Parts: sequence; structure tokens; C-alpha cells
Amino acid sequence: MAEKKSTRQAYGEYLVKLGETNENLVVLDADLSGATKTNIFKKAYPDRHFNVGIAEANLMGMSAGLATAGKVPFASTFAIFGAGRAYEIIRNSICYPKLNVKIALTHSGISVGEDGGSHQSIEDIALMRVIPNMTVLSPADAVETEKMMDAALAINGPVYIRLGRSDVPVLFDETYVFEVGKAGLLKSGEDVTIIATGMMVGPAMEAAERLKVDGISAQVLNMGSIKPIDVDAISDAAIKTGAIVTAEEHSIIGGLGSAVAEVLGDVAPVPLERVGVKDLFGQSGKVAPLMEKYGLTANDIVEAAQKAIGRK
Amino acid sequence: MAFLEETVRGIRKDIVKMIGKAASGHPGGSLSSAEILTLLYFEQMNVDEKNPKKDDRDRFVLSKGHAAPVLYATLAAKGFFPREELQDLRQLGSMLQGHPDMNKVPGVDMSTGSLGQGISVAAGMALAGKIDNKAHKVFVLLGDGELQEGLVWEAAMAASHYQLNNLIAFVDNNNLQIDGAICEVMSPFPIDAKFKAFGWNVITVEDGHSFDELRTAVEAAKKSEDKPTVIICQTVKGKCVSFMENNAGWHGKGPNAEEVKQALAELEA
Ligand SMILES: Cc1ncc(C[n+]2csc(CCOP(=O)(O)OP(=O)(O)O)c2C)c(N)n1
Ligand SMILES: [Mg+2]
Repeated sequence: MAEKKSTRQAYGEYLVKLGETNENLVVLDADLSGATKTNIFKKAYPDRHFNVGIAEANLMGMSAGLATAGKVPFASTFAIFGAGRAYEIIRNSICYPKLNVKIALTHSGISVGEDGGSHQSIEDIALMRVIPNMTVLSPADAVETEKMMDAALAINGPVYIRLGRSDVPVLFDETYVFEVGKAGLLKSGEDVTIIATGMMVGPAMEAAERLKVDGISAQVLNMGSIKPIDVDAISDAAIKTGAIVTAEEHSIIGGLGSAVAEVLGDVAPVPLERVGVKDLFGQSGKVAPLMEKYGLTANDIVEAAQKAIGRK
Repeated sequence: MAFLEETVRGIRKDIVKMIGKAASGHPGGSLSSAEILTLLYFEQMNVDEKNPKKDDRDRFVLSKGHAAPVLYATLAAKGFFPREELQDLRQLGSMLQGHPDMNKVPGVDMSTGSLGQGISVAAGMALAGKIDNKAHKVFVLLGDGELQEGLVWEAAMAASHYQLNNLIAFVDNNNLQIDGAICEVMSPFPIDAKFKAFGWNVITVEDGHSFDELRTAVEAAKKSEDKPTVIICQTVKGKCVSFMENNAGWHGKGPNAEEVKQALAELEA
């Protein structure tokens, strides 16, 4: 069994590392520091951790202000409240003036579980992706989370990092290289390309294995950088395999599936099947049955791949 | 009187049992507001469990939606739906979602869960009552940490601007939020002076677990002539379960089987 760790846990732990070398780094939270794991940073650097209370709009506004003074704020809460409640503050006070704020939101997607539909963010990628000046990163595991935090720090401007609540297998090792705007080729193949992000990367690899049993050669791309997106990798995959499947723990409207569809429409139209939440709200439940109910399993990816190939 | 005491004891037991069964949920803030909901549903509110949508009913909005278990237990005790449903809290397909869903649960007047929004919606309901010349009241329950949301104060300003004397808010002042004591995380104090400054009729209840004190407050609130009323209730988070009382760690965690047993024993004593 591969080691398992949530991306939020990796985030909290790695913040401490980054804080060691970057004295301008400050962390803000909105009464969820236990859940977002920024309390790990708070323990190490109590003077650089600020809890604004249950006030997400102010969380983003104050982060913007801190950034104007050369601080490097990492602002955290749940994805639904950060990208949702504070959306327009992110747009107008962080992205419009292109301020150096890192927005790291946890509890994205359906895998929030029992808290239910009011807390399961299935639209944050769409909301963050549409804003000019924003970079959108969606890590698949703990290692990629760390690499993305390094990459985010190297950017002088707003970055959104999408984190999850549930433990997910660690897929990469320390030699893994992440580059903003570049897809990662996890498996080469001929018949179809599965483009996955976040916690759907594991199921995408599993789907490729199952398709192999049926004699289908599937290629797998990890699209951790959703914006900017790797146009070349997508068009090369379309030309090479002639069919694409996207897989994300997000609405099929506005997220990775839409971003890939935009690229295909622009440069290389081929059949596309989008695995994701089908324009529905989530609900309470345990994670595995929820993923099944909302069509977010390796099985769903296999079926989508077969369908995409059938449409060639 | 003994009836209310017995009723709230049953509601507390159901809260502990259902959250234990679900192995997730929010016991602390459910237990701290049990008397408030019991008094409203069993004495002060005009509601009909046989006709949950009747037009002239008083409305209740659980702005601190994470306290769903206290609302579910109260509605079940009142007969809005069978108590057996409580067992399915937070299960896939259950009508009892982690946070209240007005389209699923008989008796729930508004879907909530995102803090700060319920009081704004309640103000809208109260305004509609004014437009239509209706006599019903709109009750809303806020957490004290929830007061940190800016939207609460936007709604507070509007409620007094429109003279919504049909709006009665409760603040469950248990002094805790998720990350600790409200005064340490982000103090909302003074709560009474803030509401007063926003033009509200302010009533303070020293013991938010006393039906007598709560009753006196609600009856006074109903008589407010041109102002919305806030009833600030001093409460104990996790009330009546010794190991949960005044402990932020029990904000959003399900008790295990052993803890459920101990809690029920204490509640039966
Ligand atoms: C807008 C929003 N932000 C954050 C949360 C997460 N959250 C749920 S309960 C809670 C603390 C609430 O504290 P308080 O209002 O004092 O409630 P109580 O003590 O009565 O449980 C938080 C931050 C939320 N539900 N909504
Ligand atoms: Mg509280």
C-alpha cells in the first residue's frame, strides 16, 4: 500500500519549511486553522499567523493589504467560503491589482463528505480560473502540493492552490518536477488520453491499467497546472490518440473539462468525454460512496474512455 | 414547566445519539441552544407539524446551520417527522443532511450552513411579512462566532432601517468557536452595544438554559413596536454532557460508543 496523506496536511507542514527561509511569509486563516492545517504553521511561527475569525471577505481583503507592504500572505479557509463568499474581493482587491497573495483553500470537491452539499465546493476552479492574472494549481498528492507551493512563491502575483480534505495516495517522490503551465506525462499510450487533476489522478492511473486488460492503450496526463494550461500537451495528445477524457472532482462546467474543451475547440477538435460532477450539488455521505454516486471513480473513467474511443 | 424540562432532556439525548451514530457532526453548539429551540417550538412559535408550510406560521432560521442536530431533534420531538429518521443523520441519501435543507426536511424554513447568511435571509422573510401585512414572527439563531461575518451586520442595519419588529434574533453566546475562545480568536464584544448601535432592541438573558428567563425575553421581544430584537443568551457549549461542556474540541466531532454511553447516563441522571 502506498503511503496516504491529504494535500491539506502536506500544505500545513510545508508552510513551516517555507516560513524558515522566507521571513515575509505570513499565514491567514478564518477560524478553520485546525482543518486547513495552518495551525501547524501557527505553532512554529505564532507571530506570523493571523486568525481573522469567521470573516472570509476580510481574510482576502487583509491579505491584499499585507501584500501591498511586501508581505507574502498565504490565505486559507474552505474552498466554498474562500472562492465563494470572498470571490469578488479576490477579483477586485487581489487579482485586478495583481497582488502577491497565495490563496490555498482546503475541503474542495465532494470528498468533504458528511458536511454535505453546502460545504462541497464543485465550482472553485471555474471561479478562480476565469479571473485575469490568476494562476490555478491543483495538486494530486502531498509531493505535488509542496512543489506547487515552491512554484507559487516564485510567482509575483496571485495564485490559487486547490487542496483536499481526504487522505490520498502519495504518487510522486522527491525527484518529481513541477512546472507551472506544463502537464506531466504519467503514462504513454495510443488510443485515448486521460487528462486528470487533483485526487482524480490516482483513479485515472487505475483506469489506464484496467483499459489495458481490454486491449486499450491509454495515455495519462496529470494537469496540475489548470491555468495556465498546457496547450501543446493537449493538442499533441489529441493528434496522437484522437480521443480525450478529462477527470476532475469538480463540476464539468467551468473546470478542467471546460479548459480542455476550450483548447480542443481552438486547436485540435477530437471527441472529448468529461468525468466530473454533472451540474449537481453534492450531499452528505462517506467519501467512497459519494465518489461512486457522483460518477468519480476509475470505473467512470474507463466507461468514458470507451465512449470517447467509440466516437472517433 | 416539567414538560419543557423533560422535552429538552429527550432532545439532548437524541442529539448525542444521532451524532454518535453518524460519527460526525456538531454536538457542542447543538447542546448549547437546546432550550432556545425547545421553548420556541413547544411554546412560543405558531407552527403546525401536520401542516408544516401553513401560511401564517412563525418562521425559524438556523443561521448557525451546523447545529442541525438540535433542529432535527426538536422537529422530530414535535412530530414533524418520525424520530427513527434521526438515525440516518449525514448518511448518503438521507433527508437529514449535515446542514439543514429546506427542500428535504418538513419544518425547515431555510437551507443554511454558510455562516452569516441566515440572518440576512430572515430579514428578507420579515420584510415580506411587512409587505403582506402578516402577523407572524421570524426567529433566527446565530452563533457568537458567527457575529464575525460582515453580512450579519449588513442584515442588522437593514432590519432596523426597515423597522422589522417582527424579526427576533437569538445569539447563542457560548463564548467558543472552532479555533478557541471567541475573545481570543476575534472578539465580537461588546455584542449588546453593537446591536444597540445598529438600532436594535437588545435583551440579555443571563442563563440561556432557563426556560423562565428565555420566556420573559421572547414575550418582551414580541411586543417591540418598531425595532427588531436580539436576545443575547449566555450559554454553555456542550451543556449537560460534562466532558463536552466549555470544550472547543467538541465543536464538530462525533462521540464514540463509550462516550455516547457516558453522555446518555449523565443525561438520564
Ligand atoms: C461562512 C462560513 N465560514 C466558516 C464556516 C465553518 N464553521 C462552521 S461552525 C464554525 C464556528 C462557529 O462558531 P459559533 O458561531 O460560535 O457557533 P457555536 O459555538 O454556536 O457552535 C465555523 C467557522 C462556515 N460554516 N461558514
Ligand atoms: Mg460559539
